[in-house]
Formats: sequence, structure tokens, C-alpha cells
Amino acid sequence: MTRSGAGPTLVLVLAVAVLVGCGVILLLERSLTRILLGVIMLGNGVNLLILLGGRSGGAPIVGTGPVERMSDPLPQAMVLTSIVITFGFTAFLLAVAYRSWYLSGDDEVPDDLEDRQIIRRAGRNEVGALDRGGEGPNGDPEQVDPEPARRRLRRGDES
Amino acid sequence: MRALVPLPVVVPLLGAALTLLLAGNPRIQRATSVLCLSGTLTVAVLLLVQAYRHGPVVVAVGGWPAPVGIVLVADQLAALMLVVSSAVTLCVLLYSIGQGRSETSESSPVSIFHPTYLVLTAGVTNAFLAGDLFNLFVGFEILLAASFVLITLGGTETRIRTGSTYVVVSILSSMIFLTAVGLVYAATGTLNLAQLAQRLDDLPDGVRLALELMLLLAFAIKAAVFPLSAWLPDSYPTAPAPVTAVFAGLLTKVGVYAIIRTETLLFPGGRAHVLLMVVAGLTMVIGILGAVAQSDLKRLFSFTLVSHIGYMIFGVALSTVAGLSGAIFYVVHHITIQTTLFLVAGLVEERAGSTDLRRIGGLARVAPLLGVLFFVPAMNLAGVPPFSGFLGKLGLLQAGVAAGGPLPGVLVAAGTLTSLLTLYVASRVWNIAFWRAPRLATSEPVVQLPRLMVGATVALVAIGLALTVLAGPLFDVTADAAEDLRLRTPYVRAVLPGGVP
Repeated sequence: MTRSGAGPTLVLVLAVAVLVGCGVILLLERSLTRILLGVIMLGNGVNLLILLGGRSGGAPIVGTGPVERMSDPLPQAMVLTSIVITFGFTAFLLAVAYRSWYLSGDDEVPDDLEDRQIIRRAGRNEVGALDRGGEGPNGDPEQVDPEPARRRLRRGDES
Repeated sequence: MRALVPLPVVVPLLGAALTLLLAGNPRIQRATSVLCLSGTLTVAVLLLVQAYRHGPVVVAVGGWPAPVGIVLVADQLAALMLVVSSAVTLCVLLYSIGQGRSETSESSPVSIFHPTYLVLTAGVTNAFLAGDLFNLFVGFEILLAASFVLITLGGTETRIRTGSTYVVVSILSSMIFLTAVGLVYAATGTLNLAQLAQRLDDLPDGVRLALELMLLLAFAIKAAVFPLSAWLPDSYPTAPAPVTAVFAGLLTKVGVYAIIRTETLLFPGGRAHVLLMVVAGLTMVIGILGAVAQSDLKRLFSFTLVSHIGYMIFGVALSTVAGLSGAIFYVVHHITIQTTLFLVAGLVEERAGSTDLRRIGGLARVAPLLGVLFFVPAMNLAGVPPFSGFLGKLGLLQAGVAAGGPLPGVLVAAGTLTSLLTLYVASRVWNIAFWRAPRLATSEPVVQLPRLMVGATVALVAIGLALTVLAGPLFDVTADAAEDLRLRTPYVRAVLPGGVP
């Protein structure tokens, strides 16, 4: 990075590629801890990428060297900001993962509600019955008692 | 006037610090946050008047002139968004105070709701005012960080479960945005939006398209445009009612705002418009079909939220003055209405003990005021004349017809279909939750809803109605804003008065 006037060094480009690649693969996992590692790697990869955007060179302080051999300070300022942001997000994700483990014994990201309902229906071999939100028989909205039992979901099922 | 521009960001941030210090004294804490947001609203209105009369108000933070320093720009679009967002956040804050649970809820030991809420507001206003891409990114991050805290408030199992999806998706979209920022800087050597407007034009077409798509991808995740919207209906409904309401109203619209800004200022006449139109149509239709299938009030509203984002994207994709004007009007309308509906869902939950349509019924007889409060915004959302939803949709559909061609034609048809299906969804909710034989999910119903909650909701319904009455002047403002956006020169000249370096 110190050779002035040169383009981005190949090492940095490769580092970005490896970090982002590994980060994306880890993000695809189900466990929050691995996702967290993925976020860290991806974040660092992106931060390095920003650094690549500016010219490399000496310290950008007037009087320490010729102006045309100075590095571009702006990407460095941006990287500092984004490092802080990535750090904050990492900490929060860590807290979420811990809380999830504390509450449920694992830190897996579960399926979403819809998916689980579909799986449950498939398990009971039900074809998606028309759910009109508990209207009475013959579609009469006034006639709600006695309750149409077959459409009633058990309470604990949903959450 | 210039001194006013940073206030919508600074005041809520300072307020956040102050409310955190005042955590031990809830009464003063609440008063402080209400005061902060009222101040923000006042400043926003002043800025809108100024921007409408004299053009964009620009302030260079730190005194460095434009391309070097960071600028905050309040043009008509930004000021209009500021006004609407601060009005909505103020109402939701009052609602949450009325609910009284925000601080003492199940298990949140410190009263972090108010500080976090104010930080969220600061993030939203910063995103609206940002005059350079990196500041826009920072605005997004501020609001995201606050939203993470709010969506997992209390740390119950459901909230952590849905919150983790939300957090991971949001972080991913931020990473994509950050990558895009880095690449834009590498390609152009600047991040100032006004300067970028010029420099991006000189880039080769391929590079320009790649940057545009990357930014669009990041914003589309935040705005919940169809193929990237799956995270929203699963994560929003579990948060506390006021949080869901403000998220639904504002956070997605910040994404839409960013799309409008980049599409008009940075990439006018770009090649992504066909793509945008296709995803807009899919968002509308698939979103509303999702809503048809739902039986929980909050999830149902989340799907209508996704669906109606399609209208705004449609307007942006048309990229005519009429289309943009319609889109901006629709954003204003939708922020108000969608927030109102979520607040009503909160009231229903409070009154009937649940928002599950299978377990509640006949609320119109039990609580007539609640019925009215639901009916008006629901019909407004569905686009029944003469409400603002109808006017917004009409404006967009007219712009689509005026644009001509097969694709806008299909979009107009999809928009009409979506509007009809929204009406179906709204009347279905009305029939089940409000019209049939009364049934409550709780054995000990609250007889009297807290007055402040009802009052805040009434205020938002009234704002929604005011949008209908004042639609004429509002359309003047949005048309003017759209004109400026299409021209680009007012913005660029205001930021860089000495010409583009």
C-alpha cells in the first residue's frame, strides 16, 4: 500500500475476495453464531474494498511530503466510520444470539410462520382449506356460535 | 433559515441523550421527547415553506464548502418527507405514552424506549436530509441500530426469533449499500450527490448500470420490494404496536425515498426502469395476494404495506413528472395511512385481547369509535373516492396511461386489480372483526381505552382526511418537487453555487 501512484495491490484484492466469499457462505448457515462470523468477515471485506477505492501513498498531511504522493484520506475516514458501525452491529448480533440461546437452548434462525403452517398442514395431509377467518357455516358472518371447530388453530401453534 | 436545516437531526439526538439521563423520571422523560419531536415538526414545516418558496435550503456542516464538506440539503422532497415523518412520529409517540407499556413492559428494566425512539427519528431525518451518499448510509445505520433495539424490545422469545431475521437481513442490505458506496467512490472520486450527478453521467454505461443496480438492490431490501420483501411480514408484527406502526410507516419509505433520490438525481434515464416496473407490478399483486390469505390483523397489514410499496416504485419507474409527483404524493399518503392502521390494530389488541381474526368479532357494536377509526383509513387505503388513497392511485394510473406502451399498461391494470383486492381485504376485515356477532378474545376486556392512545389515532386519521381535503395544494408541492427532481439543476445549483468543479 505504500508504493505511491500504484494501483491497488493484488494482495488486498484477493483478501477482499476471500473475506467476502467466506462471509457470504457463512451467512447462508442457520446458526446465528456462524451468521455472526459471516457478518464479521463480510464487513471486513467490504471495509477493505472501500480502502481500495482511494489512491495509496504517504500520510495525507500537508508538509510531510509532496502532495501528489499522498494517499486519499477520504476512504480512510469512511472505513473508520464503517468499522465502528460493523462493530456495533456485531455486538448487537452477538447479544441476540446469546439471548436466543438463553431462551430456547440453541441459536438457530427458525423458519418463518407461513412455512411452518404449510409444513404442519402437509404433515396432517390437509389441502389448504379456505380460511374465511372463522365465519359461520354457509358463510353467514352473523352465525358464529357454535364455533366452527375445524378451522380453529390451536393457540400455541402459531408462535 | 440555514441554521434550521441540521435541527431535525440534532434535536432528536440531543433529546435521546437527555431522555437517557432522565430515565429515572418517566414524567419529565416523556415531556422531553414530546417537546423534541414537536420542535422537529415545527422546523420541518418551516423548511418546507422555505424550500417551496425559495428553492433548496443547503447547509455545509462544519463550514467546509460543498464538494469537500458534508452538506445537508432540504429540498422540497426532503422537506415534505420531514414534515410527514415528524408528524407521524409525534403521533406515535403520544400513542405509546398513552399505552404506557413502552417503559414498563414485560421485562425491559431500563426505560430505553424513548431514547431509542428519538435516535430512530434522528436516523430517519438524517437520511432525508443527507446531501452525500455516505451520510445517507450513516442515516440508514442510525435508524437501523435503533430499530434493532426497538424490534427486540423486552427480549421475549418471539421477538428474538423474528428480530434475528430482521437484524441479519438489515445488516446484509447495509453491507451491499456500503459496497456500493465504496465502488461509487472508486469510480468517481466523490460522494457528494450533486457532484455525483455530473460525474456519473460521464462513466461508461456498463459501470453506471452496475452501480445503479447495486444501490437499487440495497434500497429495495429496505423498501421491501417484492423478491426482497419476505423478511417484512414475518418480523414487523411481533413488535409492540407503536413500534410496528412507526416501522411500517417510515422505515420502508426511507428506502423508497432513497430510490427516488438515486433514480432521479444520480441515474436519470437509466436502464433499470423496465426492471423497476416489473418488480413494481409483482410487488403490488403478490403482496396483496399475501394479504388476502392472512388471518391476523397485523400480518395482513404488513402484506398490504408490501403491496402498496409497488405503487410508489411504479411511479418512480415511469420517471415522468406526473409519475414522480404521484409517487411522492403516494408516499405521503401511505406513511400516514399505514401507520394509522397499525395503531388501530394496537387498539383492537388492547380492546379485544387479540388481533387474530378468528378470535375476535363485532367490535363495531362493542366499540363504535374503534369501528370508525378502522373504517376510514381502511377505505382510504383501498382507494375509495374521495379519500387521498383514491387521489394518489388516480394520479399514478393517469401517469401510467399517459406514458403509454404495453408495460405501463400492464402496470395500470395490476394497480387497479391491487386496489380492488385491497378493498376486498379491507371489507373482509371489517366484516369479520367489526360487523359480525361480538366476540372478544379476552375474558376481561378493557372497557375504556386510554384516552391518549385514541386521541393520537384520531389525530392521524384526521391527518389522513386532511390529505384528502388539501390534496390540491399538496399535489402542487409534489408536482413542483417532481419537476425539480427531473430537472436536477435546482438541486445541483443549490449545493454547488460556484458551478461543478
